[in-house]
Amino acid sequence: MLDTQGTNDTLLEVNNIEVIYNHVILVLKGVSLSVPKGGITALLGGNGAGKTTTLKAISNLLRSERGEVTKGSIIYRGKRVQDLMPSELVRTGVVQVMEGRHCFEHLTVEENLLTGAYTRSESKAAIAADLELVYSYFPRLKERRRSQAGYTSGGEQQMVAIGRALMSRPETILLDEPSMGLAPQLVEQIFQIVKSLNEKEGYTFLLAEQNTNVALRFAHYGYILENGRVVMDGPAAELRENPDVKEFYLGVSEEGRKSFRDVRSYRRRKRWLS
Amino acid sequence: MPDQLIFAIEVFLNGLMAGVLYALVALGFVLIYKASGIFNYAQGVLALFAALTLVGIMEGQVPFSHLINAVFGTEIHNFGFHVPALLAIALTMVVMVVLAWLVNTLIFRHLVNQEPIILFMATIGLAYFLEGFGDIMWGADIKKLDVGLPQGINGFIDQITLDALGYGFFIDNLDLVATAVAALLVTALVIFAQYTRQGRAMRAVADDHQAALSVGISLNFIWVMVWSLAGFVALVAGIMWGTKSGVQFSLSLIALKALPVLMLGGFTSIPGAIVGGLIIGVGEKMFEFLIGPLVGGATENWFAYVLALLFLVFRPQGLFGEKIIERV
Repeated sequence: MLDTQGTNDTLLEVNNIEVIYNHVILVLKGVSLSVPKGGITALLGGNGAGKTTTLKAISNLLRSERGEVTKGSIIYRGKRVQDLMPSELVRTGVVQVMEGRHCFEHLTVEENLLTGAYTRSESKAAIAADLELVYSYFPRLKERRRSQAGYTSGGEQQMVAIGRALMSRPETILLDEPSMGLAPQLVEQIFQIVKSLNEKEGYTFLLAEQNTNVALRFAHYGYILENGRVVMDGPAAELRENPDVKEFYLGVSEEGRKSFRDVRSYRRRKRWLS
Repeated sequence: MPDQLIFAIEVFLNGLMAGVLYALVALGFVLIYKASGIFNYAQGVLALFAALTLVGIMEGQVPFSHLINAVFGTEIHNFGFHVPALLAIALTMVVMVVLAWLVNTLIFRHLVNQEPIILFMATIGLAYFLEGFGDIMWGADIKKLDVGLPQGINGFIDQITLDALGYGFFIDNLDLVATAVAALLVTALVIFAQYTRQGRAMRAVADDHQAALSVGISLNFIWVMVWSLAGFVALVAGIMWGTKSGVQFSLSLIALKALPVLMLGGFTSIPGAIVGGLIIGVGEKMFEFLIGPLVGGATENWFAYVLALLFLVFRPQGLFGEKIIERV
């Protein structure tokens, strides 16, 4: 597989998975993707495309929502991981930051971060050192360490959620919709931090994002999902230049392209992009 | 000092003591509610079951003896030995932990992410099952429980108040012990919840099941732990109530008195359970003492509930309950 960093070391591989909720509702209809070590991979697509479900299938949080992977396999470092408990997976090095932050509202910011280290049995000093590392990336959190997380702003909660995931010392972070409900400036800031975490600390990211524009600027490789299927994939730079992606996701269209002759193909494309 | 006032003070003190016992039951509710959002109707029955088991073990009773005798025509009732109190308490605790594990594995593990009302109904079912099970296992007769706690009037308090006021206060030694135990228990629980890794995880689970799962906390482990803690609190409450008024099936009804206690203190606050218990205990006794004679007495039956109703109207989260944080 190609990516801008040129590594071919695949960390996580999802092979043709199907996910069914409540034994009846088919949500993913064969999704395959691979995440290279040290890269930022983006999962793009509209509402209900299956981005969150894909991430939850990987992190094994599906089961608590009565969903299950019925076909295909999820391989991490050459081992099947789809039968692991979420806690075992966190120990393996994969942690998810859920959509909508999901902070522990009645715990302080610092307590939230410390719960992230729940699976670690190292000394207090090692955990305290990581706490400082998190604070160095999110200085704002250090200021607010004693506040109840429920009373912090949306941006701060997103930082808490990412910081909490970092506290488990993961290798791969599944980041679900980090831009949700945040001001553009904050979105930019969060993505900058993700980028430097990726470059300086070597964390691998798989992120699901509706904000295609931002995601494609920071990611190395992208997959576009629609109706539970991958409809397009490629290096982020290529996707950015792709006319369809441009028109339907980035909101840039070339003047005069849409004549009546194009309507049929427009509809066809629209189907997977809506 | 006028006799009426002295008598009122004595009633007040006795109210405090009664309140401690309510608070002990309420504590168990708060623990489970905090960690799993389940309103555990079975907490009172848990206390009863713990007390029954404790007596059974101490007396060397054969479990299910009635059943065994009826089926096999035998006549066994006792093993013929007595277990010392401390050992029996430890063994009972083991039983409560096993019970906690069973409750979680057989019932609540299958109800993750269900509506609160469904969880509540499950605990009602559990309450009746346990009551019947306790009956079959240990028999339905009223039992005397004596683990060696001091009982009867406290001579020291009686004497000094007699010297100072010319009237000796009647304070039961058992109530003093219960107060000390409750204070100790609350302190320990607060320290556990606030400052330990598992305690923090417990509060995290209470806030958000999914997020707790996502950071690698095992819900099953936390829930078994919480039900075991609730079982321990139930055991303590069972010992106190059992020593005071004998181990009998009406013990499970004191759980209902814990309900107004919780509404006062807040469902999520450990100190709130204690303060709520004290207010109900004192309020009940003082109301009966002051207003009771005017309305024909028996106010203790309804006072707590009316007070709880007022709280529901004016301060639904209770005195110490967590504010409901909602971001718009």
